[in-house]
Amino acid sequence: MQTIYFDKKPRLVATGTIAGPKECAGVVGKYVDKTLTDDMFGESTYEKAECKMLTYAIRQAIRNAEAKEEDVDMLISGDLLNQIISASFAARDFDFPFLGVYGACSTLSEGIALAAALINAGYYKKIVAATGSHFSSAERQYRYPLELGNTRPPQSQWTVTGAGGFFIADMGGCNSRLAVDCATFGKVVDFGITDVNNMGAAMAPAAADTILAHLKETGRGADYYDLIVTGDLGALGSRILKDLTWEKGVEIGKKHVDCGEIVYNVIEDEFQGGSGAGCSALVFGSYLFDRLKKRELNRVLLCATGALLSTVSSGQGESIPCICHAVAIENV
Amino acid sequence: MYETYLEILWNFVKAFAVGGTICMIAQIVINFTDLTAGKILVAFMLAGVVLQGLGLYQYLVDFAGAGATVPISGFGYLLANGAIKGAEKGFFGAVTGALSSASAGISAAVIFSFLMAIVFQSKSKRN
Amino acid sequence: MTGKNRQNYNKNYIAYVHSFDPPTQHFKNCFRAFLVGGLICCIGQCMREILEKAVGLYGDELSSAVSIMLILLGTLLTGFGVYDRIGRYAGAGSIVPITGFANSVASPAIEFKTEGLVYGLAAKMFIVAGPIIVYGVLAGTAVGIIYLFL
Repeated sequence: MQTIYFDKKPRLVATGTIAGPKECAGVVGKYVDKTLTDDMFGESTYEKAECKMLTYAIRQAIRNAEAKEEDVDMLISGDLLNQIISASFAARDFDFPFLGVYGACSTLSEGIALAAALINAGYYKKIVAATGSHFSSAERQYRYPLELGNTRPPQSQWTVTGAGGFFIADMGGCNSRLAVDCATFGKVVDFGITDVNNMGAAMAPAAADTILAHLKETGRGADYYDLIVTGDLGALGSRILKDLTWEKGVEIGKKHVDCGEIVYNVIEDEFQGGSGAGCSALVFGSYLFDRLKKRELNRVLLCATGALLSTVSSGQGESIPCICHAVAIENV
Repeated sequence: MYETYLEILWNFVKAFAVGGTICMIAQIVINFTDLTAGKILVAFMLAGVVLQGLGLYQYLVDFAGAGATVPISGFGYLLANGAIKGAEKGFFGAVTGALSSASAGISAAVIFSFLMAIVFQSKSKRN
Repeated sequence: MTGKNRQNYNKNYIAYVHSFDPPTQHFKNCFRAFLVGGLICCIGQCMREILEKAVGLYGDELSSAVSIMLILLGTLLTGFGVYDRIGRYAGAGSIVPITGFANSVASPAIEFKTEGLVYGLAAKMFIVAGPIIVYGVLAGTAVGIIYLFL
């Protein structure tokens, strides 16, 4: 069994989000806590800016939950940079334990699931799960220098500049009605895609695998959820996901929304939409969280997907292994 | 006087046509394969070396001027040409000829890039 | 799925994914590459004419001087953050001319300056353009040695 159930119903209390100028021009613009006009965030390097954004998101999540920093028991965080430096460096600003996790762009659902599990088991009471990404630092690490005049292929996606923090607490300690119901941890799935510009196609099988496993093990149909949210498959990956699940007799088409697909108003070179750990954190933490709180949505399955590659592995011609973790979040 | 202008204009047309065509061939290669920019540059540079090694690229340079020397294949031509000229002077010349003929380009690239890196900051991309 | 089965499945999936590939606009891409590549060569030709007529350079000196000026232009445009925009429009049209070589040297230099002047700027300067120098020197020297024995 891949699915675990949280019978104590840990609550998703509040979120804190921050996004760059390009992201705020899109659907999330109205809902984020802070909009950056300058994506350097007053820092000298992009890595420092990413770290500062993550720190802001964590602080803001605690503030929005009307909690104090000294009440927080743990931070679970990760990001896309080598050795998850943004998360670790953000953690040194806080006086509580830190658990670094890496699941590439699936870090968000991994973090929320782990936090919910720790709270459900009674070990901790208040945990912040956070993740973020920055276009420029990701581009620097995974692809080419920013100023290099190369063309972006039409399958490519645009890494989201943004971060989101999620404050999760036990049932007694808050008045939130938003519970983490269950989580399905995904298997690593690799269908042999080697094109690093085609992340959507690489990750779609992992998303399909986890969603199908979740629906099968919980006995729920796709109709049980108001929305099935994937992280950053992009337009192309979303189409593939619908096909792959349809092949197995599950129709998710009407319920499925992809954060990467909706985060940008696609104008120029975003092509398939957004990607990166910040993508799902930003869209889920601002726009979707707002709708959940207003009870416009009641049951959401969050399936953030991650491509577990590095520049070394793709340089050696390895294909891209991918993962997807699903977390069910419900109004109770 | 009129004829000189016409000749200069004709030189421009030749440079435009040949240079444009070389770039267009590269674009066709990019379209039909998944070669990245770095590999394209190496391939075209090597093509220039080989063509000049066979003595062919010189004709293109004589015909099109900058149209043949400005694309990266012209860099290959320069390397091969230097090596061929060096080979006339003996073994040492054959080994040093290639790089010494290209030294202007490489030095310029290093020096100017260093200066630009000192002066400019990398800019984030809005689009 | 393991072993041979997986291989077949992968092949089917990759073919299936490729059926989603957005169509490449061959004509548009090629036209843009031709236009911009041609224009850059024309700028080179213009410098050539001026240097030849006004300064009186000729032969190797002339082409070296033109290269140097174009490299200056390429690095300047890179510094101002313009060259990657041209590149996005022109594709190979701005990669293949010598200005593209200048761009591929200058862009990592600017980019990795934050990691220090020695291990950042200098060490990473040739991460994109290095192969051109390496294979250029190898091939050039090979040509020289072949000519030595001819």
